[in-house]
Amino acid sequence: MYCKQKESNMSTKLSVQTLHTDFLILGGGTAGCAAALSFCRADTAHSVLIVEKAHIKRSGCLAAGVNALNAYIAPGRTPQDYVDYAQQDAEGIARADLLLTMAEGLNAATARLEALGLTILKNADGSFATRGARNLKINGENIKPLLAAAVEKEPRVTVKNHVNVLDYIMHENRILGAIALDVRERVLYILWAKAVLCATGGAAGLYRPNHPGFSRHKMWYPPFNTGAGYAMGIRAGAEMTTLEMRFIALRCRDTIAPTGTLAQGVGARQVNALGENYEAKYGITTSGRVHGTVTENRAGRGPCVLKTVGITPEQDVDLQRAYLNMAPSQTLKWLESGQTPSVRNVEIAGTEPYIVGGHTASGYWVSTDRETTIRGLFAAGDVAGGCPQKYVTGALVEGEIAAAAALKYMDDPPPTIALDVTEKQRTLEAYLRQQSEESTDALEAEMQGIMDEYAGGIQTSYRFSAESLATAAEKIHALTLRAKNLAATSMQELVYICELQERLVLCRSLIAHLNARQETRWHSFAERTDYPEKSAAWECFVNSKLVDGKVQIILRDLVEAGVRYEH
Amino acid sequence: MSIRFTRALCIGCGACTEICPGSLLALDAQGKAFMAHPENCWGCASCLKECPVSAIALYLGADMGGLGGTLRVRREGTRLLWTIQKPDGTEITIPVDSREANHY
Repeated sequence: MYCKQKESNMSTKLSVQTLHTDFLILGGGTAGCAAALSFCRADTAHSVLIVEKAHIKRSGCLAAGVNALNAYIAPGRTPQDYVDYAQQDAEGIARADLLLTMAEGLNAATARLEALGLTILKNADGSFATRGARNLKINGENIKPLLAAAVEKEPRVTVKNHVNVLDYIMHENRILGAIALDVRERVLYILWAKAVLCATGGAAGLYRPNHPGFSRHKMWYPPFNTGAGYAMGIRAGAEMTTLEMRFIALRCRDTIAPTGTLAQGVGARQVNALGENYEAKYGITTSGRVHGTVTENRAGRGPCVLKTVGITPEQDVDLQRAYLNMAPSQTLKWLESGQTPSVRNVEIAGTEPYIVGGHTASGYWVSTDRETTIRGLFAAGDVAGGCPQKYVTGALVEGEIAAAAALKYMDDPPPTIALDVTEKQRTLEAYLRQQSEESTDALEAEMQGIMDEYAGGIQTSYRFSAESLATAAEKIHALTLRAKNLAATSMQELVYICELQERLVLCRSLIAHLNARQETRWHSFAERTDYPEKSAAWECFVNSKLVDGKVQIILRDLVEAGVRYEH
Repeated sequence: MSIRFTRALCIGCGACTEICPGSLLALDAQGKAFMAHPENCWGCASCLKECPVSAIALYLGADMGGLGGTLRVRREGTRLLWTIQKPDGTEITIPVDSREANHY
């Protein structure tokens, strides 16, 4: 698979181009698109540039679609109810100010999605048909194309697809723009802006995945979300929060397809090999559901399944259709084997851990306005911390909040500085020119193996200790040094080198966070063998910042309800 | 997890190479699309939906329990017609209309 031959007639030279914009959006996923649309609604004078590593029509988590909106305030419920739910699920480690400002915007964001053309299931009276207190049933296969089409209609928005952002341009803790690589055009861009939004998504691929071989990318979170936004922030000295609250998804075994549609849609319960429903035993928080399954398996009572046998033939067919709208491989699996959910229960498993602020509280430490600790840099969606259970609509709202706040920088011109990118250009060109015995793929597998074994991956049932983390830190450090000597045989491989280096930066901070929180607050998500209990002493945020090349841990108090948080 | 092309059907339009969220597809010297990094495929099926001639099929790797079946899709107005070919060659087509919400 790994080709050592350089692409024929491949130039090892990159040209340099400079672009100016007013509002620079890094990542054209859910939050990035929402920010661009919202910015244009509120302002008629300024330009927006979205840079996207893939193509905004199908980039980010929603490439395949989504089959429900999980964050909505149902009739009779209030935004505060949503805050309470999310805080309870996070065992108290979530920001009330961020959750409330998000929850207050959920229904308006939903209405805007419907106006763009999203199909939402309705009752006979025209109201939305809610699934429980917070969910709406939709046809979300085309959700990303709908958002992208709206963005592309905005005359003041320029979209640059297939451009990877590599670094921030900084001056005295103010962001001035970013440096990015156009993979197709072989251009190193210097992008200047008055304000910047980081909406690059979370991070997959840090840990050894469920299928480490040919199907290594059959994971829940997009393997192309490599944590670039976290890594750029860490390197630039931004404060990060709660990286230790990893997200582990409970998924259909093999296809790693979502389970919520089975659990909430047809009421399938989690059952062990003895036929016992074990949900109540472990609690029904997100982490509790994973922990229960892991524990039952460890006790020899696996395999665990979602009990779907007994559903009606109509439900069976509806499920096949529903999965085509978000995880088509599951429908293929059911039908190629002939074992659809009405005839065979669906086996479930935990995924490898991800860092994803749309589900847990990991990411940039932001103000209520979603400004990071770097002036002029905002964060929204999976890359923004403190605000779990955002899902799609919450990411939209965060993009909107950040865009509104970014407007205040439009009258605050950034300082002009001299910037020389020659060194960056030379470093990248050297990867294209040089030969190496090292393979980026092999180093990535090694990184994932280290994290799996010593920092709480699937192999150890997500458990770790101070001792194992010390080993992880040592090995990741050694690997980081080795990763400087890689060679790329194509522009895409050059991107893989950059992505590996980003993941290694994030791994270092993640290990420091896992080590700092000396308790087990969330089973599986952060399961310590040396501190197996929850402790009131840790009712605080674990934050971090890179200072002189070292990860410095900062403990911060919880933010009380009603407080407007500013840095 | 990956995709395969029916080379004879490919018209070389490049729509799939543009859309793949992992930038994994490319055109070869004859202008036909191919999967350059099969082991990096996420299985999102974006390329299947984008291909105007249904030249792309999704399959499950043996390491995730795949049995050799394939999934294709064709667009017809607001409907996506998904066709699963089972390992024995029989086919099932499931139409999904974007104007109809999931019931779950």
